[in-house]
Amino acid sequence: MTSPLEQKKIRITGPSMVTANRTWDGAVVYRTAKQGWSTELSDSAIVTTSDEARALLAEATADDVGAVGPYIAPVELKDGGKVKPGNLREHIRAKGVTIDLQVPA
Amino acid sequence: MYAYDELDRTLINERVSEFRDQVKRRLSGELTEDEFKILRLQNGVYLQLHAYMFRVAIPYGTLSSKQLRRLAHVARRYDRGYGHFTTRQNIQFNWIKLAELPDALSDLAEVGIHAMQTSGNNMRNVTSDQWAGVAPGEIEDPRIWSELIRQHTTLHPEFSFLPRKFKIAITAAEHDRAAIKIHDIGLRLHKNADGETGFEVLVGGGLGRTPFIAKTIKPFVSGRDILSYIEAILRVYNQYGRRDNIYKARIKILVHELGIEKFAKEVEEEWKAMGDVGLTLDHAAIEEVRSRFSYPAYEKLPHMPDELKQAAHDPLFERWRKNSVSAHKVQGYSIVTLSLKPVGGPPGDATAEQMDAVADLADKYSFGEIRVGHEQNLALPHVAKRDLPPLFKALDRLGLATPNVNLVTDIIACPGLDYCSLANARSIPIAQELTRRFANHDTADLIGRLHINISGCINACGHHHVGHIGILGVEKNGEEFYQITIGGRADENAQLGTLIGPAVPYAEVADVIEDIVEAYLALRDRPEELFVDTVKRLGVEPIRERVYATR
Repeated sequence: MTSPLEQKKIRITGPSMVTANRTWDGAVVYRTAKQGWSTELSDSAIVTTSDEARALLAEATADDVGAVGPYIAPVELKDGGKVKPGNLREHIRAKGVTIDLQVPA
Repeated sequence: MYAYDELDRTLINERVSEFRDQVKRRLSGELTEDEFKILRLQNGVYLQLHAYMFRVAIPYGTLSSKQLRRLAHVARRYDRGYGHFTTRQNIQFNWIKLAELPDALSDLAEVGIHAMQTSGNNMRNVTSDQWAGVAPGEIEDPRIWSELIRQHTTLHPEFSFLPRKFKIAITAAEHDRAAIKIHDIGLRLHKNADGETGFEVLVGGGLGRTPFIAKTIKPFVSGRDILSYIEAILRVYNQYGRRDNIYKARIKILVHELGIEKFAKEVEEEWKAMGDVGLTLDHAAIEEVRSRFSYPAYEKLPHMPDELKQAAHDPLFERWRKNSVSAHKVQGYSIVTLSLKPVGGPPGDATAEQMDAVADLADKYSFGEIRVGHEQNLALPHVAKRDLPPLFKALDRLGLATPNVNLVTDIIACPGLDYCSLANARSIPIAQELTRRFANHDTADLIGRLHINISGCINACGHHHVGHIGILGVEKNGEEFYQITIGGRADENAQLGTLIGPAVPYAEVADVIEDIVEAYLALRDRPEELFVDTVKRLGVEPIRERVYATR
C-alpha cells in the first residue's frame, strides 16, 4: 500500500476514482461526476485513462474548500456496476478500521 | 505535579483563540490547505485516513486526575470514546472534526493541557522517565529540567522552524526508561567528581528509514549551562542541517556525515562563540521551576504492611504484584504500572470510561497523579502498599491489570494502516494476534522480559528497530509483508536489531514470532537469560536457522 502521499506521476492501469478528506470533519469523500463530493464510493466518478484521471484530479484539487488532499486510487468494478475499493488502504478508508474499536473493559 | 503560572495559562489561552480564528478562516476558504497545514500542525492536528488526528502533549508524562478526566471528556464529546497513548508521552484522538477542534483545545486549556510541540518541524514535547521523582536511586527529578527546556523552547524562533522535527528525552535513573539514545538529543543526569549535577549529552539518535543510536558529544555539561549548550547544538544543526531533502534533514544525518568528533568540535566552538547570551540558569531560576513541582505528603508506612501479607495468598494478586508493582523511593509506597495491553486489545488505547476510572483511582490511591510511559502504559506513581489489594481489584474490573508489563504481550505498536496515512501495512491486528498467541500468563512468565515493537512503515513510530523483536510492515505488490529484526533494545544499552530473514506475509507473522520465541527458549543457557541477551551471546544465526529452516 504505497502511500498516495508518494504519488508523483499520474498513470493508471485500471478503473480509478479520486478521493480526499472533507475539510470540515475529515470524513472520507469521493469526487462525483457532478463535480461534487460524496461519502459513498458508489457515487464516485470512475475514470479509465490517465488523461481522464489527470482531469478529474485537477478539478477536485481546485475545490480546496470542500476537501483536502485529493488523490487517485484504484477501484474494482464488479458485475452489475458495483464499485469496490481497489486496495486495502481504500478498503479501510471506505469500511473503517479492521479491528474491533471497543477496548476490552 | 507542576503548577502552571499565569504566563503559561495566558499563552495556552491565546493559542486557542488564535487557532479558532485560523480554523474559521480555513473553513471559509480564506486560508488554503497549503497555508493552513503548517498552522494546524503547530497545534497537533494531522490528517489521517478517516479523519483529522489530534495529538495532545503530556509533558514529561505527568497528568493530574483532573487533566485525565478532561482527556476522557474530549474522547467522549469530540471523538469516538477512546484515545491512543503514543510512544512519546502524547495522546492521540483519531476521529476528531476540524470544526470542533477549537472547542476541544479550549476545554483542554482550562486544565492546562495543549497541543503545542506535538507536530511540525520544531522542538517536540520533551519526554522523560515516567517514574521521574519516585524512582529509587534517581539523581534528581528530571522533569525539572524537562520543564526548563520546555519553557525555553516553546515558540522560540530558533526552535520553531527547524530543518525537521527535533526530540529531546531526559533520564536521571540508572536504567533508562526514556529511550534517550533514540532521540535527537538525549540527556542523562548525573553528578561529576565534584558532586555537581549536570548532563551527559548524547546527539544524533533516531529511527525512521535511517536509524542511528545517539553518541555522547560531551560527558558533562553543568545544569546551569544546559540551555546554552542545547542552543549551541541547535545553531550548528540550523546552520548545517539539510533542508533540501526531507529524508536527510534530521540531525542524526548531519552527525553521521560530519562524524561525532567534528560535530562536537563545531558545537564546542559555537558554544564558546555565543558567550553569555543570558541563558545561564542561576540557582534562583532552577529553584523557581523546582518549587512549582509539588510532591505528596507521604506517610511514614511500614515496608511490609499486613494487608500485603494477607493478599499474597491470592495467586492472581501476587502474579500482578510481581509483574506490575515496582519499588518506590519512599518506604511503604509503590509505583504501579497499568497495562494498556489487554489480550486482544489495541496497544495503548484507553476508553473514556477507563480514563475517568483511572482518574478516580489516582485520587483515591495516588495523590491524584498519573504517569504516561513511552511503552504506551499508564502508571500510578504514589500508591501505599497497603492499598495495593483494593487497587488490584479495581484495575482488574477495568481491564487494566493484565500482568504482562515488560513481557511478550506488552507490545508497542503504532496505529498502522488502520489509521495512518503514511503506513504501508497494519500494526494493530498483528499485535492483537500476538497477544492471543501468548495469552497464557505462565508461558509469558516463562519467556521473561521480551519487548516486541511493531511499525506499519519505515517511519518507525512503533520503534521496531529497538524492539527485542522488531516487526516492520512493508508493501510488496499490493500485499502486506513484514520484516522481522531481533536483538534491538531501547535502554541504556540501546542497539539496533538485525534482520533475521526474508519478509513474511501478514498471515505468517504470528507463526514466525512463535518460532523465534521457541528457538530462544531452546537456546538460552538458563531461565534468567533474557531473549535479548541470548541474541547478543549467540548472534542472529542460530535463531535464523531454526526459524527459517522449514520455510
